[in-house]
Amino acid sequence: MTQTSVKLETYRTGFDALLQETEATDPQWLTDLRREAWSRFNKLGFPTARRGNEKWKYTSVRPLAAANFDSPLVINPPENINTADLRRVAPWNDAWTNLVFLDGHFAGYLSNPQNGAGQIMVTNLADAIASGNPDVQRQLAKHANTDDDGFTALNTAFLRDGAFINVPAGHIAATPVHLIFATTGQFEHAASYPRTLLLAGANSRVTVLESYVSLAQAPYFTNAVTEIVLEDGAQVEHYRLLLESADAFHVGTSRVHQSKDSTISSASFAKGAAMARQDVQIILDAPGASCSLNGLYMTTGEQHIDNLINIDHAKPYTKSRLFYKGILDGKSKAVFGGTVLVRKDAQKTDAQQTDKNLLLSRQAEVDSKPSLLIYADDVQCAHGATAGHLDKDTLFYMQSRGLDRESASRILIHAFASQIIDTVELEPLRDYLDDLFLAAIPTASLEFGSR
Amino acid sequence: MAQDVESGGQTLLEVRGLRASVEGLEILKGVDLTVKTGEVHAIMGPNGSGKSTLANVIAGKPEYQVTSGQVLYQGADLLSMQPEIRARLGIFLAFQYPVELPGVRAWQFLKAAVDAQREHAGEEEISARAFDRMLKEKVELVEIDPELVKRAVNEGFSGGEKKRNEILQMAVLQPKLAILDETDSGLDIDALRIVADGVNKLRNSSNAIVLVTHYQRILNYITPDQVHVLIDGRIVRSGGPELAHELEERGYDWIKEAVDAGV
Repeated sequence: MTQTSVKLETYRTGFDALLQETEATDPQWLTDLRREAWSRFNKLGFPTARRGNEKWKYTSVRPLAAANFDSPLVINPPENINTADLRRVAPWNDAWTNLVFLDGHFAGYLSNPQNGAGQIMVTNLADAIASGNPDVQRQLAKHANTDDDGFTALNTAFLRDGAFINVPAGHIAATPVHLIFATTGQFEHAASYPRTLLLAGANSRVTVLESYVSLAQAPYFTNAVTEIVLEDGAQVEHYRLLLESADAFHVGTSRVHQSKDSTISSASFAKGAAMARQDVQIILDAPGASCSLNGLYMTTGEQHIDNLINIDHAKPYTKSRLFYKGILDGKSKAVFGGTVLVRKDAQKTDAQQTDKNLLLSRQAEVDSKPSLLIYADDVQCAHGATAGHLDKDTLFYMQSRGLDRESASRILIHAFASQIIDTVELEPLRDYLDDLFLAAIPTASLEFGSR
Repeated sequence: MAQDVESGGQTLLEVRGLRASVEGLEILKGVDLTVKTGEVHAIMGPNGSGKSTLANVIAGKPEYQVTSGQVLYQGADLLSMQPEIRARLGIFLAFQYPVELPGVRAWQFLKAAVDAQREHAGEEEISARAFDRMLKEKVELVEIDPELVKRAVNEGFSGGEKKRNEILQMAVLQPKLAILDETDSGLDIDALRIVADGVNKLRNSSNAIVLVTHYQRILNYITPDQVHVLIDGRIVRSGGPELAHELEERGYDWIKEAVDAGV
């Protein structure tokens, strides 16, 4: 423990400096929130102990804890980035509402927020806080619990900026909202703490895309937290793109709270980061609430991507669909975990959970352990996980039609990925992802197996 | 006999003294076979006689090891070629158990196959429009449900649909040498007739068809020029269509006995 405490010194120094800088100007509730979160983080530290820690059983955060990432103490983001830089690393569409954050700070000069009075609000969190927005104070940090989660506590302690999206009841957001969190590489060993709060009012509709990208090949740490609240009948289309640098650490925590008849359809695409954990928790808290979560991860080299997805069927007549796929090459490793919890009262729950993995190398590894925890008796639940190599007989079938090994593998891998990519309703994004994953398909030294 | 009549065709395939093993077990024990353009050959035999092995060795399935003998295709050494090269040069194997390609749409797969063939011949990719037109024509020719080509290859297809899809692929790729490995098995009489009709429409004077089958049934619809009986890895008898009828009536045992007796 003493060793861990020493490692936290960098964070402590950073936190003290942050308080000193913000205490006089920021509202008291925010300072209180930060202090509380810091004390929580101080108690929890990083979850380096894996013994008896089911949540971190297959993923080691020791390298992350040992790396001493620092939060750059600047108020303004770098000013030398332009949209062309961003286009190289993220999908970009001028017709969308784009909010760009550089190293955790809002870059207004690259963004086009929407801030119509009484209408849909898409702005940066710091501005919303400064203007005394009551919804922010009411909802922020109410869904992402810091009690037993060191990363959420750390993000909350360093909470400074991020995105705030508020779609009032009955409104339909005309354009997709794209949040780009980019690390510039201009600060060495930087940590950033993006925070997103999305409030979808009753019967509102909105499409939100979160992209985590890098403008440099460098080690850094992104610790992001997103809270999404859906009121009755709200419909949210949500995308998450993990396109961090191959040297980066990323921990992304998403907490979703759903009311009656609300629907979230979400798709997550992960390609980048040396080590990533994506922790999603959804509470289906009223009848008629439903969620559909699709995901695709593609890893190579020594990458490690861990998806932890918990779905809480708290009330009857709720529905969840989870379909994740992984393509693993090299010595990379993927972890898929999480539980579909069906509470005692949640009769008529309808839940399906699937994780399928394609291993392109003998050294790639997957630990896929989805689970069901059912306390109600009248439910329909199913889950399954698979992992396998490209099949030799399939390859021969394709060769016997004139395709060489390389083209055949490419077609098979692309088809495997397409099942997830095709769920993306936002067409420019779907095209972007299709190109991105197609280009990333490895062609050399693929290993085949028998069924 | 019928097979002695000069067909005027050119020699397409010559198998000479072919021996092949799977996992160390010898299955083919010296097969000789000559196929000329314009011909239809039936290779018949009981289960385990080596019929499918012969088909797969010609198509190039890697698990089969050729231990001796030769296979010439249009005069060239076939055994040294990768399976995809054989395919591009006009060899087609209709699989006994067609493989499912999850998520790979049938039309996309076929276009990739056509393009691979064209590229090998030094031709340009087929345009999307020309391909669509051609595919539509072939779909009608083999009487397959047009919706099937929009679906993933063989995924969720019925047994009959899978076999018909093989014939569609054959129609699109227009092979010089088509080997149909038990394409008739598992088909009801209507499906069998449709498959056989498709094959008959595709047969012409510049290609050849080898039907590998256990039963004589399909030969009621496709008349072979030659029938070969394969038993225990050897072709023990060759003859005209009447040989198939004889097998149908008398089974395989009398041939085995005749062979054992050296008749």
